[in-house]
Amino acid sequence: MIGSFLRVAWHVMRKDLTVEVRSREVLFTTLFFAVSVVLVFSFAIVREGRAPDDVAAGILWVAISFAGTLAMGRTFERERYNDTLRALILAPADRPAIYMGKLLGLLLLMLLVEAVLLPLVALLFSAPILAFPVHLTLLLTAGTFGFCAVGTLFAAMLVRVRSRDTLLPVLLYPITIPVMIAGVRGTAALFQAAPDEPMARFWIGLLVFWDAVFVTLALWTFEPVMTE
Amino acid sequence: MRTLTTPFIVLSAGMLFVSPWIINAAPYESTMGLVQKVFYFHFPAAIMFLLAALICGVNSFRFLFFRKQSADGWALAAAELGLLFGALTLVTGPLWARKAWGVWWVWDPRLTSSLLLWMIFGAYVLLRQYGGPGSERLSAGMALFGMLNVPFIYYSVNVWRTLHPQTSVVPTLPTDMGIPLWFCFAAFSMLFTALLTLRATLEHQRVRVEALYLLEDEV
Repeated sequence: MIGSFLRVAWHVMRKDLTVEVRSREVLFTTLFFAVSVVLVFSFAIVREGRAPDDVAAGILWVAISFAGTLAMGRTFERERYNDTLRALILAPADRPAIYMGKLLGLLLLMLLVEAVLLPLVALLFSAPILAFPVHLTLLLTAGTFGFCAVGTLFAAMLVRVRSRDTLLPVLLYPITIPVMIAGVRGTAALFQAAPDEPMARFWIGLLVFWDAVFVTLALWTFEPVMTE
Repeated sequence: MRTLTTPFIVLSAGMLFVSPWIINAAPYESTMGLVQKVFYFHFPAAIMFLLAALICGVNSFRFLFFRKQSADGWALAAAELGLLFGALTLVTGPLWARKAWGVWWVWDPRLTSSLLLWMIFGAYVLLRQYGGPGSERLSAGMALFGMLNVPFIYYSVNVWRTLHPQTSVVPTLPTDMGIPLWFCFAAFSMLFTALLTLRATLEHQRVRVEALYLLEDEV
């Protein structure tokens, strides 16, 4: 049971990544957009080569959430355009496993984007990203996972709905704000002049809690909402 | 429930009309004074707001998992009322906060999560308005996520040390403040029930008319 679930999820993720490796469309556009967002912030905020304290964490997460919205919209737009989502749904496989595969593919893509974003934010806003590498990785992974867990569900459901491009952020942001708050606060605790490691650990714990809640609810609702 | 709609509306209109006199007769709270009287509207509106989220969530659950078509109408009605009573809560709250805390708004857990729930209702209604066909299932999924917020809002004040008064305030209220509070609460509940029933009935009729149109096209 668990074995077949994981196998289906693995195949869906590999399919998504194979398509992505061939075109690199989502990765490149998302990356370019995320970098532009960070640059816009740096033009708006940095004065005489100095960024104000404690802005790096917020900017990092804003860039992640904007870029994430773009990426999840695009991955499902591709499915819709080629009418392959119907084939995916018709496949004799567990629907939750399909969701999980989609989610993992998106997560991997976003982690790649973050790997480029992080040094850029460190460079422009003098954020000490190497002080607590494990904590920072956990925060980013858990935060992105929670954000993508809700995003994958909504992007999949929106495929059949009118004006889906504008509705995705409208639906996604109110629900994922708890994840954003935890991510920003945790990252800010690590980036401040005197890093507060127990605080960061508290927010990581809260992020894992939200991840569990969101994934459970998404796995549970994916089946009925995707049924025609 | 339909037959109760008219008496409920008339009764709650009458009660809301006389409520200023009853609230005026209640004693002044010792530290906050006059501004505390906002509470007699703020508390019922906030409870209706949370109730709307629960009704919306439970009916969305019935719609998604048990395919109860009529539950969708109830969920939509509850969402629109949640938007309305949430707006009342979010307007009356800052009026009080300005006097009691010296600021209009603070980002404490209860205020933040209430605002989020209100935004989720907003997104729900936007989706229903502009999503076109197929948006009912999606908005039902959205409502389930929104319902997660309710226990969080209710218990947040007891778990975290926040500025907002705790849930223990209401049961320990002195009688002469309790009477106007529960009077307003009764008026708000009747208004809520009547509006909910009317809106859900309207939505059910709309769905039926649509189905009849489709039927006619097929014939």
